[in-house]
Amino acid sequence: MSAAASPDYEMVVGLEVHVQLKTRTKAFCGCSADFGAPPNTNVCPVCLALPGALPVLNQHAVELALRAALALDCKVNATSVFARKNYFYPDLPKGYQISQYDRPLAEKGWLTIGELDDGTPVRVGITRVHMEEDAGKSVHDRYAGATAIDLNRAGVPLIEIVSEPDMRSAAEAGAYLRLLKQILSYSGVSDVSMEEGSLRVDANVSARIRGATQLGTKTEVKNMNSFSAVERALDSEFARQVALLESGGTVTQQTMLWDGAKGETRASRTKEESHDYRYFPEPDLPPLVLDMEWVGRVGRAIPELPDARRKRMIGEYELSAADAELLTASAGMSEYFEAVARASLDPKAALNWVMGEVSAAVNAAGVRIDEFPVRPADLGELLRMVREDVVSHTAAKRVFARMVETGKPAAQVAAEEGLQKVGDDAALVEWIDEVLRENPAEAARYKSGETKLQGVLVGLVMKKSKGRADPRKVNQLLSERARV
Amino acid sequence: MKPPPRAPASAAKLLSRPLTECVACVREGAALPSDLVSAAFDRADDIGAGSESLNVFLATDRERATEHAKGLTALIGRAEAPGNLAGVPVAVKDNIATLDMPTTCGSRILEGYVSPFEATVVRRLRANGAVIIGKTNMDEFAMGSSTENSAYGPTRNPVDIRRVPGGSSGGSAAAVAAGIVRLALGSETGGSVRQPASFCGIVGVKPTYGRVSRYGLVAFGSSLDQVGVLARTVEDAALGLEVIAGCDQFDSTSADVPVPRYELEKNAGLKGLVIGKPREYFPERLDPRIAQECERALDAYRELGAEVREVSLPHTAYSIPVYYIVAPAEASSNLARFDGVRYGLRVPSERGLAGMYEATRARGFGPEVTRRILLGTYVLSAGYYDAYYKKAQSVRALIAQDFRDVFASGVDVLFTPTTPTPAFELGAVKDPYEMYVSDIFTASANLAGVPAMSIPIGDARGLPVGGQIIAPHFAEPVMFRAAFGLERALAGELLPGEKSA
Repeated sequence: MSAAASPDYEMVVGLEVHVQLKTRTKAFCGCSADFGAPPNTNVCPVCLALPGALPVLNQHAVELALRAALALDCKVNATSVFARKNYFYPDLPKGYQISQYDRPLAEKGWLTIGELDDGTPVRVGITRVHMEEDAGKSVHDRYAGATAIDLNRAGVPLIEIVSEPDMRSAAEAGAYLRLLKQILSYSGVSDVSMEEGSLRVDANVSARIRGATQLGTKTEVKNMNSFSAVERALDSEFARQVALLESGGTVTQQTMLWDGAKGETRASRTKEESHDYRYFPEPDLPPLVLDMEWVGRVGRAIPELPDARRKRMIGEYELSAADAELLTASAGMSEYFEAVARASLDPKAALNWVMGEVSAAVNAAGVRIDEFPVRPADLGELLRMVREDVVSHTAAKRVFARMVETGKPAAQVAAEEGLQKVGDDAALVEWIDEVLRENPAEAARYKSGETKLQGVLVGLVMKKSKGRADPRKVNQLLSERARV
Repeated sequence: MKPPPRAPASAAKLLSRPLTECVACVREGAALPSDLVSAAFDRADDIGAGSESLNVFLATDRERATEHAKGLTALIGRAEAPGNLAGVPVAVKDNIATLDMPTTCGSRILEGYVSPFEATVVRRLRANGAVIIGKTNMDEFAMGSSTENSAYGPTRNPVDIRRVPGGSSGGSAAAVAAGIVRLALGSETGGSVRQPASFCGIVGVKPTYGRVSRYGLVAFGSSLDQVGVLARTVEDAALGLEVIAGCDQFDSTSADVPVPRYELEKNAGLKGLVIGKPREYFPERLDPRIAQECERALDAYRELGAEVREVSLPHTAYSIPVYYIVAPAEASSNLARFDGVRYGLRVPSERGLAGMYEATRARGFGPEVTRRILLGTYVLSAGYYDAYYKKAQSVRALIAQDFRDVFASGVDVLFTPTTPTPAFELGAVKDPYEMYVSDIFTASANLAGVPAMSIPIGDARGLPVGGQIIAPHFAEPVMFRAAFGLERALAGELLPGEKSA
C-alpha cells in the first residue's frame, strides 16, 4: 500500500420518502383524490383555502398511515399533533401545509433490506412516519409568461417516511426503496408510482473517511424521478463530494438538483435552508388521539408482507428462492400466481404460465396485473384443461391469446375456436392419411421401417390439426397405419 | 285558505318587542315577515345607519331579504314549521360567510368577495326562519376594539355618535342598539362581542369555545374565535344562541355537547347562587362610576338571595400580553391565504411573484392588521418561538387553571366589569397598546375558553356600563340564570316569592 493513497471514503445516505395514500378523498375535505382529472375540478372551499373553511381529518388516511407505520415496525404515538408549516407559494393555498412536527404519528421503526455474507441482517432505521397534505401543482410551461396553478392535488393525503442515515451505498438505498415500495404496495397504503408522483424521494447524502464516527456535511438531493435515478444521483453526488474533500475543500450544506440528462447534480438556486417554517400546533384540528385497541386491529389486518409471503410460498408451492423473489416483486403478481395455483391445483404449471405468458402479455399491454383481462380463475381452468388433456399445450397458448383479447373463459374460447383436442379416430386417421399422401417419400421410408420419421410425421399431423390432435393417439394410429 | 291579516302598522312596534312576541305574531299570521324586514330597513333609514352617519352596514340587500321573507310567509301558509326565529330580521358581522352579500371582513383585500358557501351559523339562522338583512361593519379582520380599523370607515355609537361603538363587532352592536334589528351575530377573539355590547348598552354573549361552529367564520385566532350574539335582552340573546349552537361536522373543534334551552333559566331565580367577585377585575384605577355600578349590581345579587364571594384569579395580569402573542401568531398564519393568487385583491408587480405578494398585501391590509401579522410572524420565528409563543401557551394554561380552580371552589359564576372605561370618542385612543387594554377584562375568557357575557348594568356620565358574567365551560345555563336575575333586579321586576331584602 502506498503512503500517498487517498483515504477510502464511505457514502452515508438517509432518505425522505413522500407517499400519497390510496384514499378515495383528500386528507381534510371530501374532494376526490384521483389523479388525472382536468385541472381544478377536484376542489372545494377547504382545499382552495377560501375564507372561513376548516379542515376535517379523513379517518381512512389515518388508517393507511398507521398501516405503513406498523408495517415498518414503528412505535405508534397514542397522541400525535398536527402542525402548520408556514410558507408562501402559489400552489400552497392556505399559505401553510398541515403536517406533523414535534409529535409525529409514529417513530423508531426499521426495515431489513438484506443480509451480510455472515447472515447478519442489514437494518435501516426509520426515524419517523408522519401525516401531511400535498400541495397543488405549478405549471410553468403551459402559458407564455404565466404560471398556471392546478389545485387538484392540494390536500391529497401523504405520509413522509424519514430514514436514519443508515445506508452506505447507492445499491443499499436502491434496495431500501424497492423494499419500501413493495411493503407499501402489499399493505394497500399507496399506489407507489413514481411516474404518477405518488412516491417521491429526497436523499440526504454525505461522505466520510471509512471508519470515522462523525457524519460529514450532507447535501439534500432532489428531483429524481426513478429508483435508478436515485442510485445514479447518489453515486454522482458522492463522487462530487469526495473530489471536493480530496482537493482540500469542504462540502456546503445545500440542496442539489439531479440532472438526469447530464448525469450530474447541481446546486439549487433557491436557498431552502434559509426557510423558517414557523411551525406551530394546528388550532383547527384537535390532537389525533388513537384508540390503541383500534391500532392493534389495524396492525392485525395488514395483508401479508413480501418477506413473509416469500417464505410461505417457498414452503407451500415448493418454489425456488429465486422464483419466489421474482413472483413477490409485486403484490399483484404474487396474488395472481396464488389464485392460479389454487384454481388449477398445479403450482408448477401456474408458475410457468404466470412467469411466462402472463408476464409477457401484461408487459405487452402495459397494464397493471389487476387490470389484466384474464382472471386467475379462468387461467386456472385452462391449466386444468391442459392437465385433463382437453386441450393440448400448443392449443392452450392460442386459447390464452384469445382470452387476453376477449376476456372470455377458457372453455368458451376453446369451444368457439374448435381448439379442444381431437381424439376421434376417424378424424385423426383422415389427417394421418392426408399427411402420408402429401409426403409420399417420407411415408414410404417410414413404412419400410425408418421409425425415426415417426416424430416428423406426428408433427405434420399436429400442424394440420392446428394443434387440436391428441398426440398420444396420433402416435398410436400412425404406427397402426404403417403396418397396413 | 285565508291569507294572514296584514298588520304593517304594528311591524315597527314589534321590532321593539321581545323576539318571542315577534315570532308568535309571525306564526299566528298577525305579522308578515316582509313587514318586519321593511320595518328594519325603514328604521335603518330613519336613524341614519348609512355610511355618512352611523355606518352600520357594509352591505344590505333589501330586495333579497324581502324575497326571503315572502318565502317564509308561503311556508307559514302551508303550515310548515317556520322555526324559532320566524321572520326575525338579523344582522350578521362581515367576517361570517353569506351567499347573497359580500364577506369582506372590513378589509380592502376582500373588497367585493362573495363566498360560494355559507357559514354554519348563517345556515342555522335561515333554517330557523331568520332573515339576514345586512352585513355589519367591523374592525378589519376583527382586529380592534373600536371599529375604527374598518377599511370602510368607522361605525358610530348610536348612544352618542361622537363615540365609538366598541369593536370589533361594532356594526352588529350598533345595529341592535339603534333598534334596526333585535338580534345580530358578532364574533369574539378577545372581547369583540362583549366590549361593544357594553359600549352600546346591550347584551352580548361569547359562548364556550366549541359551543358554536366556526365553519364560515373567517379565522383570526382560531384557538380563541367564537361566534357570539348581540341582543337587547338576555332572553333574546338566549334564543339566538340556542339557534346557532351545536356540534358541526365541518368544524373539528366544535363540541358534541347537547344544547340546553337557555331561556328556561328565565325564572330559575338567584337563591343559593354563588357569585365570585375576582379582585383582579376591580383595580384601584377602575373608573369610579363603573366600580359604583358594579357594586350596585352585586348588591342586587345579594338582595335576591345570591351569595357574593371575593375570589382571586392570580394570573389575570398576564392575559393581555398572552393574548397579544397567541392571537397575532395564529393570525399571521390564518391571513397567509390572502395572497392575491386565488381571490380578492391582486396588485400586479414588475418584480414577479414576491413583488405581487408584497404589493397585494401592502395595499390590501390596513396598519393594525399589518402590525399584528408582523408581531405574530416574529413570535413564531426560529429563536423566538420558545421565549414568546411557547411561553405564552404555558401562561395561557395557568390562566385557564385559575378559572377551573375558582369554579371548583364552589363559585357558580364570576361577576366583573366588562370594560375599564365607557365608550370613548372617535380618534381618542391613538396608541395601539392603550387600545389593547380595552380588552383587559374580556381576553381571559377567550384564553380559557369559558363562556362570558356582558349585560347593561347602568351608566357612567350618560354612557352605558356593562357587567360581565363568566361561567365554567358549557355552563351557559347558569350564566344565563345569573344574567336573567340581574336584568330583572335592575329593572325592579321581581319573581313571585322574590322580595327585596
